[in-house]
Amino acid sequence: MSRTRTERLVNLVICLLSTRRFLTAAQIAATVPGYEHDPEDPRDHEAFQRKFERDKAELRELGVPLETGLSSAFDTEAGYRIAHREYALPEIPLEPDEAAAVGIAARLWQHAGLAAAASSGLAKLRAAGVEVDPQATLGVEPVVTVDPAFGPLTGAARSRRAVTFSYRVPEVDEPSTRRLQPWGVVCWQGRWYVVGHDRDREATRCFRLSRIVGPVRAVGPEGAYTPPADVDLISHVARWSGPIERNGRATVLVRPGRAAGLRRLATETVPGPDGDRLTIAYSDVEWLASRLVGYGADVRADGPPELREAVIQQLKEVVARHERVLPAVLR
Amino acid sequence: MTSAPRTRENKASADRLGRLLNLVPYLLARPGILVAEAAAAFGITERQLREDLELLWVCGLPGYGPGDLIDMALDGDRVTITYDAGIDRPLRLNPDEALALVVALRMLAETPGIGSRDAIERALAKIENATGDLVDTPVAVRLPANAEKVDAIRGAVERRHALRLTYYTAARDETSDRVVDPMRMLMVGPRAYLEAWCRRAEATRLFRVDRIDAFTELDEPSAPPARAVPHDVSDGVFHPTPDLPLVTLRVGRGSRWITEYYPCEEVRRDGDEWIVTMRVTDLGWAQRLLLGLGPDVTVVGPVELVDRIREQATTALDQYAAPAPATA
Repeated sequence: MSRTRTERLVNLVICLLSTRRFLTAAQIAATVPGYEHDPEDPRDHEAFQRKFERDKAELRELGVPLETGLSSAFDTEAGYRIAHREYALPEIPLEPDEAAAVGIAARLWQHAGLAAAASSGLAKLRAAGVEVDPQATLGVEPVVTVDPAFGPLTGAARSRRAVTFSYRVPEVDEPSTRRLQPWGVVCWQGRWYVVGHDRDREATRCFRLSRIVGPVRAVGPEGAYTPPADVDLISHVARWSGPIERNGRATVLVRPGRAAGLRRLATETVPGPDGDRLTIAYSDVEWLASRLVGYGADVRADGPPELREAVIQQLKEVVARHERVLPAVLR
Repeated sequence: MTSAPRTRENKASADRLGRLLNLVPYLLARPGILVAEAAAAFGITERQLREDLELLWVCGLPGYGPGDLIDMALDGDRVTITYDAGIDRPLRLNPDEALALVVALRMLAETPGIGSRDAIERALAKIENATGDLVDTPVAVRLPANAEKVDAIRGAVERRHALRLTYYTAARDETSDRVVDPMRMLMVGPRAYLEAWCRRAEATRLFRVDRIDAFTELDEPSAPPARAVPHDVSDGVFHPTPDLPLVTLRVGRGSRWITEYYPCEEVRRDGDEWIVTMRVTDLGWAQRLLLGLGPDVTVVGPVELVDRIREQATTALDQYAAPAPATA
């Protein structure tokens, strides 16, 4: 866009902001510099119309709320105007510490698209008079990354539009096509999920964004569904978020100076002649058994019996899977 | 709405139009601002800013006479808008801008151990309020809360004191003491880290807060040397290098999830099994991990690791040859 086009668009915005009446394309052409043409000449007129369409598209893309309507019952052609209250950012009286927080928030995004959106949003706040201290920090910086599906899914959830995408679960060989009415996107424990109504399962489902393969496609009209009122998105993802009850008590013998990672779990450590006797509180026998197996001969599970059995079983499986390969096979 | 495919030139000029619409209210709010300061705020050169001002100077209300055009007083290095022609406010936030700011603020508000949580929440409420019907941003955030420990360490970091850490190093399975010069605290995904200059390793290190078993704030100041450079964590914390040992696994269906949890070099399908290769910082760590991964994972290489795993498991099994001790 040339300087003349930029100038024309600024003048168009000012003109439409200043008018209460809807101005028709012809009235705009007669007013705003840069639209001069001969309406009687079909080619010239067509060129003007193309130019005006492009300019309107440009303004709408920028977020300028172009209103269309008739100024009076006698008008036959729709006109344009911009309502100041729709155009203007409302007053946001941010205190200095609040402005600093917004400034830091705008720097969080690593994703290029969101980073650009955050900084252009911040530019508007600064244009409204907000002073942002670029040096401010909050002591802990979150590094926020999002999956590519984030943008399309939040957009679809906002406009209540169904989507379809290809979804890969590691345990299943081929990705499957899923159809979802997305309600919202959730960040839980550093991972992103989308929650919504699964149209194939006819039930509420959540999907991990990192497992979505390829593009997310919007399907059908906007406003096609209504999410349940007061839906708690987090609760659908974090169904097992309660505290873990560690009711089991394991006794584990550990060689002196070894298995530091296990010692950190111990509620009690009693030194003995053949090593240190650890007491470990646990909730899941298989989980603890796996940890113990990881330490190999440095630890011995002495009880309870089900833990001891689980460890022995896992060790036997490890040995069986790693039998020495015969040289003949290697050759 | 239709729009032509956007060329880079189109994008640059759309950026300029957006900037011009911001520039007028920006200057209006700051009478007599230095041209250089305004240029820096918009990330452009002083010359570009002067060109913007020249363009605005010939824009204005229909009539386009002296009293209709945007007017300003340029006094050497300073500029004051004297007539705004109606562009007295910036544009509203568009949905993407509102989303990016609101979600980032929710992230901050959820970050454990962060300072000024109160200011973040007030800012969030005001931004949500100003975005009007966009307030219903369909994004929720919940980060894990080991807030107390993060908060305590953050205090020491902000007081710029050196710390003595008791730290568990998973790669070597050892807990040791060291003195560090804190640089910053950060959250990457679900985990909080302290980034500090480690005086023992003489290098910048990321310490996982959940592995800091104890810490003491020292009287001496934190003084990371000039060569202490922060890690680039935009792409995660673990960046395997080609000099690290390469481990090859045969992974059954039930353990395929490990490819989502550990960075893998390659995942290849072999019938129902996956052949997974990954780089590990330490073979001892790999041994502890792989021994405990369950019946679906078989180590294929290196041979040294296969031998170590079999020998460890065999020796461990020997301990259970005798019946369980009566004390259990």
